[in-house]
This record gives sequence, C-alpha cells and structure tokens, in this order.
Amino acid sequence: MTDLQKLTIGKALNLGLRRAMEEDPKVLIMGEDVGKLGGVFRITDGLQKDFGEQRVLDTPLAESGIIGTAVGLAVRGFRPVCEIQFEGFIFPGFDQISSQLAKLHYRTQGKVKMPVVIRVPFGGGIGAVEHHSESPESLFAHIPGLKVVSISNAVDAYWGIQQAIKSDDPILFFEPKRLYHSGALRAEIDTDGTAPPVFSSQVVREGTTATVVAYGPSVKVALDAAAAAEDEGHSLEVVDLRTLSPLDLGPVFESVRKTGRLIALSEAPSESSLTSEIAARVQQECFYSLEAPVLRVTGFDTPYPPAKLEEHYLPDLDRVLHAVDRSLAW
Amino acid sequence: MPSEQWTHPEPGDGPAAVAAQPSPEQVIAGLRATSEGGAELTQLLTPEGERVPSPQFDKYVDDIDAEALRGLYRDMVLVRRADREANAMQRQGQLGIWVPLLGQEAAQIGSGRALRANDMAFPSYREHGVAFARGVDMKDLLGIFRCTDHSGWDYQRHGFHPYTIVIGNQVLNAAGYAMGQKFEGKVGDDDGEATIVYFGDGATSQGDVHEGFVWAAVYDAPLVFFCQNNQWAISEPTERQSRLPLYQRARGYGFPGIRVDGNDVLACLAVSRWALDECRHGNGPVLIEAFTYRMDAHTTTDDPTRYRLSDELEEWKLKDPIERVRAFLARGGGADQAFFDDVQAEADAFAADLRDYTFNMPEPPPDRIFSNVYAEGNPVLEAQREEFLSYLDGFASAGEH
Repeated sequence: MTDLQKLTIGKALNLGLRRAMEEDPKVLIMGEDVGKLGGVFRITDGLQKDFGEQRVLDTPLAESGIIGTAVGLAVRGFRPVCEIQFEGFIFPGFDQISSQLAKLHYRTQGKVKMPVVIRVPFGGGIGAVEHHSESPESLFAHIPGLKVVSISNAVDAYWGIQQAIKSDDPILFFEPKRLYHSGALRAEIDTDGTAPPVFSSQVVREGTTATVVAYGPSVKVALDAAAAAEDEGHSLEVVDLRTLSPLDLGPVFESVRKTGRLIALSEAPSESSLTSEIAARVQQECFYSLEAPVLRVTGFDTPYPPAKLEEHYLPDLDRVLHAVDRSLAW
Repeated sequence: MPSEQWTHPEPGDGPAAVAAQPSPEQVIAGLRATSEGGAELTQLLTPEGERVPSPQFDKYVDDIDAEALRGLYRDMVLVRRADREANAMQRQGQLGIWVPLLGQEAAQIGSGRALRANDMAFPSYREHGVAFARGVDMKDLLGIFRCTDHSGWDYQRHGFHPYTIVIGNQVLNAAGYAMGQKFEGKVGDDDGEATIVYFGDGATSQGDVHEGFVWAAVYDAPLVFFCQNNQWAISEPTERQSRLPLYQRARGYGFPGIRVDGNDVLACLAVSRWALDECRHGNGPVLIEAFTYRMDAHTTTDDPTRYRLSDELEEWKLKDPIERVRAFLARGGGADQAFFDDVQAEADAFAADLRDYTFNMPEPPPDRIFSNVYAEGNPVLEAQREEFLSYLDGFASAGEH
C-alpha cells in the first residue's frame, strides 16, 4: 500500500527517525534539548513523548560528553543518533569523533562496530549570531573512518537518516538548516516504499553547457542558477554529491566528460576543502575532456562574517552564473 | 581528616601565589605531606605486612584466605616480571616504547580481580595488570608496543576495552557503556553488571573526565571511576592538577569518593568490590582514588630524574605492594620459601616466553593498512588499496628478472 506524504526536510527527518526507532529498539536519540523541546529546530519533536526518556535522552550540555557516551553505548550494542545543535558547537566533540568514533573499528581490526550517527545542522542564511552558520564538513571528510553525508531534499532526508542509522559505520549527517522548513522543498514521499540508494551522488538536473556540483543547501542554489541560466540560453547540469566521504565522483566525471566544464559550489571556505578535492580529482580523471579549468564558487577563507554580510559571503545564483560565464569565456 | 592535607590559601596568598611555579623543595615538601595518603586512606595491609582490621571493608575480603592471597601475590609478581621484561626489551630496541606499571601492581590486580565476567573495564594505556587479570594474553598487548597492532584482543570476550591513548577519552566511553547496562536493566541486584574505568591523576584535569562524572551521575550509571593517582603526570605533580585530594571531587558530582592505599592489594580488592557492588545494586557511580606511585618513568621516553628527587623514590620503595604481601604471608605461615621460589621461577618462564614471542612477532602484511577502516567498505579506499598493492607487485615482478 502506498502511503504518500508531502513533507518538508524537517518533517521527513522526524518521520525517518521515528521509523528507525520503531524498527530497532537499540536506536537512541541523544543531545541537548532533543526531548521535551523536540530540538532547537524541532526535528525530534514528539519522539520522547512516544519513546520515553530512555530512548530520547535530553543530555547534559557538553558535546564531548554526548559523543563520548554515544561511543560507549555503541560498544554496548546501541545505535545512538546524536544531535549537535549547531555545527559551530561540534568542536568540543571533535576529539571524541576523531580519536575514538572514527578509529575504534580500525584499531580493533573490526571487532568494535561504531553505528553512531551525528546529526549536524549546518550552513548559513538564517541571520544568526556567530558559530551558528558555518560549514565545517571538509574537516570531517578528512578523517579516515568516518562517513560524511549531506542531504539537500526531503526524500533523501527521510531515507538517508534511516540508512545512516542502519549503517555499522559512524556517519556525520549534515543537514541544511535553512531549508528544514522550506515549503518550496516539500516533497511527496512514499514512506512505505523501498529505500532508494542514498549515499551516492546523483544528477538532479540534466544539461549540456556546464556542470555544477553541489551538496546540502547549495544544491538549491545550483538548481536556481540552472533555472535562471536557461533564460540566458545555457543548459546547466546539476549533480548533488549527497556523500561527502567517500566522495562518489563517478557521476561528476561522467557529466564533465559530457559538458567539458565544472563549477564546484559550496558555502565552505575554499582552501583545503571538498571543492579542492573535487577539482583535483576531476582534473586527474577528465583532463582531456575539460574545456576550461574547474572553477570554484565558495564561501571566503574568512571566519563566517556577521550575518548582515552573509548575503555577500554565501554563494548565490549570480555568483554561480558569473562562474559559468567565466568558464564559457575560456 | 582529609582537610589536613589541604589548606585553603589565605586571601593574601591568592590564586596568583598558587599559580606560581613551585620550587623543587616545595614540590617535595608537598609530596611528603601527602605521601601517607592522609587519615582517610583505606588500608588493610600495612607496608610492614601487618593486617589492619576494617569494620567497613573486612567483609569484602572474607574469602581471601592464604591460598587466595598467594594467588594475588602470584598475579603481581608475574605482572611485574612481564613489565620489567618489556621495559628491558624496549631498551634493547625490540619494542618501540613501553609504559611501565612498576609500583602499581596492587592497584591493578586488586581492582582487576574484583571484576566479574560480565563487567567491562575501560583501560587507559598502563593497565597491563588489569589486562592480565581479565585474561588477556600479554602477548596480545605487546603488539601495541612493538607497533604491529593497535589492539590485539577480543574486547567482548575479556570484558576489556582497547587501550586508549588520548587522555581521558575512555572515561566518557565507559560512562556510555555503563548507561547501556543501566538501560538494559542489568543493574539492581547481586547479579547486576558494572563497568570500571581507569585513568590517572593527570587525566582528572581533562574535560572528558569531568563530563564523565556528570554523565555517570545524572544517569545513575553503574560505573566505578578508578583513578590511579601515581603522583606524576609525566613531569607534572598532582598539585598541578588539583587543589584538593582527588577523591573529594566526587562529592561535587553527588556520588561517593574514597581514597584507598593503592599499594595494598587487599584494600584495593575490598574497596573495588564494595564500589562495584554499589554499582550492581544501582547505587553507582563511585570514585576510587588509588593512592600509589609510579616507580619508573612515565614511558621509556621519559627521564624522571629531571623532575623528581631520589629520596621520594626511596620513600615509596618502602611501600612496595608485593613485599608487604610477601611479609604477611611469610610471617603468618601462609607461604613458605618454596612457594616464593616457585612463583619467581614461573615469572621468569613467563617473561622468557614473552621475550621469545616478541622477538618472533610477525609483521603485519602491507595491506593491513587498509583493513577495517570501515565496516561497510569505501570505494575510494578500495581503489587506493588496489593501486598500492599493484605498485608493490611491480617490485616483486622486477625482482624475478
């Protein structure tokens, strides 16, 4: 029986978490304010009421504590899903993530499994004070032993969170916070259907003039740019990375071989980032197909600015189109 | 009273005065003031090998007759002998590094032998004695120090988590594990489970240890915090970690803290059994400060002669954890010379076996680099492995010509 529901990213995550908890009593949700409040973004709304305080843990306020105890719970056989309130607060937990969570499986030659998901609302555009708008995903993609994914739409939110929870590997799950409750991104989801493959990149709009690769909140920017470019007679192909580590660049290579041009789009600072990695690997794999150097449209190599300046900091569709023009002018 | 060891600075002394670098004389004076462990030190066997009655803790070692005590003595001698052998092997270039436990045998055997099969221990990196007590083959430990492996034992079978090198991380991991025991309903009666986590005096300055105290307390986790205060965190003395005795910190988190003579295996066993029992019944957590001394260097890369004076070492030698059991056994007729000789011979054979094994320890194959990074694979890493192995094969083929 098909159960079609029209859901925002936020609701899709909530429903995905609920399904995962129903299916496996070992799934726990833990974090600051995730219980009664339902999380600062209300993603875990109603879960504590239905699953109890022992399955949805309102924890003390310490990120290392949340992640460090999740590691121990995983050793015990639980599948913790941690919520970090904002990406800028994850750093007290960085030690536990990089030293324990990412390495225990390797260190024990596979004897210890680490089925832990860390949900991280990330990215800017919400007019917040500092530490609430950053894009630190490249730092985690650089750590061996972790998987890093980022969703851009409600379908992937619903299925992706369930698949991340089922995975025996530790997963950093980056969620585009400014799109949580976007009505425009509401999608019809067959919530009883079969899970599509989630942790692979995907062409989300076909085109021939140039390729734009993006992830998380930038996918919407790329799609908006592609719609605008159409008016200028350019046909942009858009690839949603979805998985940031391991990078699934096969569809990107294929697209670049078709269009000959690549714009790598991200809100994160550009130096030593995922867009750096994409540029390096695309030139290695697609050197003879490229008509222009890979161009990057990113945040600047500065701390995230005061929010009154974020419209300049965040890549918007005009900057993407400018990059397309530069690529085509080569 | 514990307050005897601890004087609050007068306003005139202020934090600035406290923060000033102490002179070596002040360091030594401070240590001498606390080297007895204070009035609240739980002790069942004096350094002279005299049994001290304890109304609170005697019942926890009722079953420790002469035979059982001989067993604890044997454990400590074997562990010390293995430790000295490993230390020597490092000096001979056979191990990359060694972390000596010399002097801490009673704390580790006493607490380790208090554990039951279903309990879990989270060690730091000096817990070779606990590993031994948990049935871990010491050969499997040596791979870490010969750098062939990161952790060679089955943590579930032995109830002994992998070593943790980053200071204090394991305290939170243990808190999480103990929360799991609680969530599964494995506490509440005599058959309850418990977890014990080991860390040093230096680790108590880490945020993770503080957070571990908070988590275990608010979730009533069945967790025994076992702090081996060996007086030195590499070159930093305990007074660089705390203004008050470490066990007293527990009070601030709302659970009991106790200081035990860490060189007294009987007291360590009794206090650990008590603390674990509290946890099994759902009354945890508990903090134990085992007041002991690291007789050797922090690791084989360290040089303690640069920061501590030999008279301090001489003073602690008089409190040797093995000698006091030997004295007690010999004086009370619990063991004769033949027993001590047998144990020594067994220890020598044990060490020789470790030495043989170490010298012949196989090196891991190169593709081990890529093994078990992920449970579910990673195509990027697989490609890297293939490329590297094919590169290595190139040398093999070239060599055939």
